[in-house]
Parts: sequence; C-alpha cells; structure tokens
Amino acid sequence: MSLDISFIGILIGSIMASSVPLILAASGELITERSGVLNLGVEGMMIIGAISGFALMVITDNLFIAIVGSMLSGIIISLIFGFLTQSLLTNHVATGLALTIFGIGLSAMLGKNFVGIPGKEFPILFSSLKESIPFFGPILFGHSIVLYFAFALPFLTNYFLKKTKLGLVVRAVGDSPVSASNQGINVILVRYCCILYGGAMCGLAGAYLSLIYTPQWIENMTAGRGWIALALVVFATWSPIKVLIGALIFGGITILQLHMQAIGFRIPVQFLSALPYLMTIIVLVVISRDSRKIKLNTPTSLGRIFYREK
Amino acid sequence: MIKIEKRNDVPMALYFFTPFIAIVLTILGGGIIFYILGFNPIEALKFYFITPISNLYGFSELLLKATPLCLIAIGLSFCFKSNNWNIGAEGQLTFGAIVGGGVALLFYNQEGFYILPLVILAGAIGGMIFALIPAVLKTYFNTNEILVSLMLVYVSKLLLDYLVVGPWSNPEGFNFPETRQFSESSRMPLLFEGLRIHAGIFLALAAVMLSWFILYKTYLGFQIKVSGLSLKTAKYAGFKGKTMILVVFMISGACAGLAGVGEITGPIGQLHRMISPDYGFTAIIVAFLGRLNPFGIIFASLVVALTYLGAETAQIFLQIPKYTGQVFQGMILFFLLASDYLLFFKVKILSLKKNELRH
Repeated sequence: MSLDISFIGILIGSIMASSVPLILAASGELITERSGVLNLGVEGMMIIGAISGFALMVITDNLFIAIVGSMLSGIIISLIFGFLTQSLLTNHVATGLALTIFGIGLSAMLGKNFVGIPGKEFPILFSSLKESIPFFGPILFGHSIVLYFAFALPFLTNYFLKKTKLGLVVRAVGDSPVSASNQGINVILVRYCCILYGGAMCGLAGAYLSLIYTPQWIENMTAGRGWIALALVVFATWSPIKVLIGALIFGGITILQLHMQAIGFRIPVQFLSALPYLMTIIVLVVISRDSRKIKLNTPTSLGRIFYREK
Repeated sequence: MIKIEKRNDVPMALYFFTPFIAIVLTILGGGIIFYILGFNPIEALKFYFITPISNLYGFSELLLKATPLCLIAIGLSFCFKSNNWNIGAEGQLTFGAIVGGGVALLFYNQEGFYILPLVILAGAIGGMIFALIPAVLKTYFNTNEILVSLMLVYVSKLLLDYLVVGPWSNPEGFNFPETRQFSESSRMPLLFEGLRIHAGIFLALAAVMLSWFILYKTYLGFQIKVSGLSLKTAKYAGFKGKTMILVVFMISGACAGLAGVGEITGPIGQLHRMISPDYGFTAIIVAFLGRLNPFGIIFASLVVALTYLGAETAQIFLQIPKYTGQVFQGMILFFLLASDYLLFFKVKILSLKKNELRH
C-alpha cells in the first residue's frame, strides 16, 4: 500500500461513497424528528427501499424508475407509521420498532427471487475528469448523481429549516405543537409530510446501497446503517451540517476497517467489523454526557403524542 | 354517523381484549398476503396455524419456541413497564449464550450434576452484564439506551462469530464454524422421549411466577409501575431512579441470557453462528401482545411461536417463503398498536334519528 497523494484521493472518494446512505437517511430522519416525531423505523424503510429499487431495476431495466420507485415505496411504508402515530395516536417507539421488523420481513419475502442476480452499472458523472486530475479527481468527480444530491442535502436541509417559512413551521410544530396549532397550523398534516419525506429519503438511501454501492440484493443488506443514521441525528444535535460531518466520520471508519481487513491487519476481521457499532456507542456517550446540551437541542415535543379535542 | 369521544379511563376488560382483535386482523391480513402471493388463502392459513400443532410433536415444537420468547418477554416487561427501552435483548441472549457456552465448553469432556446449573448461572450473568452496559451508560452518561442496546446486538453477534470461527472452533470439526458438542451433563434434560421440549420450560414458568410476584407484591414492583406511569411522581416519591434502571436492565438481561443458554443447552447442543432466529427482537412483540402482564405473556409467546412454526410448515408444504413469519409478527404489533385506539377513544355509531332528537 503506497500512501501517495493519489491514493489518499481515492480513499477520500470511497469514504464519501460509503457515507451517502447515512447522510440521506439521517437528513430525512432529522426533518421528521424536527417536527416532533421519532421514527425508529429507519432501518425498515431503508431495507424496503433497497429491495424495491433493486427489484424495479431488474423488472423495468430502467434505473430512473428504480430510484423513484424506491423513494415511493419508502413513502408508502412510512405512511403506515404516519397513520398509526398521527391518526391513531400510537406510541412512536413501539410503532417504529414494528416498522423495522415488518420491513425486514417484507423485504426478505419480496427479495427471495432477486438473490444472486447481478446488478447493473450505475452511470457516473465526469468520469474523464476523475482520471485526469490527480488527488482532486477521485474526490470531486466520477460519482453517481445520488452522491452529489446527498452532499447537497444537508445544506439544503439547513437552508430549509433556518431560512424558509415552511422550515419555521416544521420547527414550531416540533418544539411547541400546541402554540403552532393555536396559530392555525395543522400540526398533524405537517407531521405527516415530514414522516413521508423521511420515508422517501430512507428509501433512496436503501436504493443507493442495492443499486450503486454494492449493486445486488442481499438479505439484511442495510446491516444496521438505519440505526447508525438514527444515532447520527443525536450526534449532530439535530443540526443538518453536523449530520454531514458525522456521516463522513462513520464512512471513514467503515472504509478504514475494510482497508485494514484487506491488508491483513493482525486484528480479527470481526473486531474490525464491530468498529462502526462500537464507535457509535462511544460517540453517543461523548455527545450525550452533557445533558444540558442535548436538552437544549432536542425538539421539545420529540416522540410525544399530539392530540387536540375537536 | 360516527362520533369519537375520548374515554376518561381505560376499561380493563377491553385492555386485555384488544390483543385478540389484533390477532384476528393479522390472520385476515395474512390471508390477503397469501392471496396476493398466489396461494389459496384458506389452505395457506390452515398450514400456517392448524397443521403445525395438530400432533404431539408439533405441540412440543410450539412449546420449545415459546420458551425463549416467554423468558425474554418477561424480562423486557420490567424494562418497558418502567419506560426503559431495552431493544437489544437479542444481544443479551447472544452474550449469555457465549458465557454459558464457554462454561459448557470448559467441561466438554466431563460429566457431573453441577455442570448444568453452572452453565445456566453463567448464561444469566452474561446476559445481565451485557444489559448493564446500556443501563450504566443511560444512568451515568445520559446515553440513549435504544441505540446502545441495539448496537450491542451487532457487536455480540460478531463476537460469537469470531469465537466459533477462531479460538473456540471444534479442533476436530473440519473448520466448520461451530464449537465442540457439549457434554451430556451440560444439556437440558428432555421431558419426553422423542420430543425436543426440555426442562428450560420450567425456567420460563418460574420467571413468570417470579415476575408476577415482584411486579404485584413487592415495593420494587410498585416503584417500577409508578415510574412507568409518571416519572415526576416517582421522583416526588423519592424513588431511586438510577438504581431502578440498573435493576430492570439486569433482570431483563438475565432473562435473555437464560433464553440463550436454554437454546444452546437444549435443542442446539453447541455454539454456532445461528443460535437464535431473532428471538430477542420478536420477544418485543410478545411483551406488548401480552400487555406486559406475566400471564398475558405466556399466551402471547404461544401465539407468536406459532408464526415461527407456521412459517416453517407453510414453506415445506406450500413453498411459501418462510419470511412471511416476520411479516406476520410485524403485522401483529401494527394491529395491536392500532387497536389501542379503542382503549383511549370511544367510537359511537349514532343513528341519525337519535342525533336529530338531541339537537
């Protein structure tokens, strides 16, 4: 392994690629949580997005339909969560868990006939620039369109929440649903929209895995990334830009341990594979230790049921 | 005309009746799924819910699968009742199995009456220690227990994988990812010749009785229930919140560890990669379906165990993918949560005439 400058460029490029599903899912969940809804079904929505994206690609042979379809299926499955928590006022934690269990089962059932089918190459942009510019080439160019979208998303999310009126509405609904409701805002409707948006982003995150990152369908292929995305939202103290930083750190750990495995590092593979999960715990401990900071940043009504007598 | 009113208090009878509504809705939903998949729904449901338990062997298999589910769910009920979201029971099960299995492997070529109790104890302690990690991080570092307990599931499975492939793998095992077979003395005694049901079921029943006693007859149980209903009240009453969190996690972890040890010393007899078909996660559903009530959990564990068995039977006879089991389990929880709406709201169907009279 040579540590020359072009290798570092390729390394950074691959770290970026592995952080994409985390950025997408965590950014989506961040909006959902900002509206006061805790959806623990991220893993379930991601895996549904992964299988429906892959299945649609195989059936239609059209990557655009596959990507849009994965987002739609994320929306559909998050609608179950929305209906239960918002219309039937169920507990957010339990419903989210149900969504994950259901999603994993459903994806395995739907995916039974798609195991072992090779994926299709996903088009990359600016592939000529990737080769011709040393160091910056592999970092900036030669990625899929989804990656560029993912890296723009935290900034868009930040802008949306801080600078737009709708963003203010979302934050108001999350921090004080009663006052928002008194102002004439339809709290339930806003929360529905945020849940469905989160579902779409998680669906896209799943499709990124099955169509672009490792183009094939494997059962349980999200492997806990949905949960890491949930942890990232806490890590980021509900700030979109910090989600990006956190996702890159986790992408970095993933790539680092893969490289350590590849060069035959003297640590058992399983310990290296456990690193991202252990890191999540350590990061959560460090970030949560200051309970005041967490309290200040958590959407005040997160996970609480809102009900208004009609 | 439908009118929805908020109830002032939850009727107890309805509280225990809605799980049955959820089960019926799940069966109907399952029929629809089978129809969509291209199977005759009536026949498929028969293979799912009736065929598996139509003989003695099937019934023993049902109890075999219900045992770990019941044990774990009993433990989880302590956590959930006090608003502690331990969702990493699968990890505690795995770690309990690792510690218990480690002890069993120490005695792999020895026999003796003391071995099995040691193995069981080791498993319970293993689960307990593993559950203490999220509990301590929650109490002293304010860390979210949901995420920590879940991350530890992946860690424990990787640890098990490392052990069965590496240092603990069977030296005569041709590099299969499994340990040696445990000695006869580390195995749960079978209850009947030819059936797989083993003495672990008594552990589950003991846990049911003990948990009923703790929850309803002791001060600790009172504290747990009050903290679950209102943390403010619990604080005002001067309960030691931190100790309680540690205790409920320890109980929960010990139960999951016992379930793990029951599996490896019962039907499995060694350690390998797949010691649990996600019992730790499914037990969450069992706990809710049983209304966090010890006796409700017995019933719920039997129902949910049937979805495991049914999935296997339906796969063998009708080639229905076995993952329908998980889909059923998710559906049960969805429908249960949905039918809880009836607990908090009264749905009145008013005839128009009455309505006119009133106005």
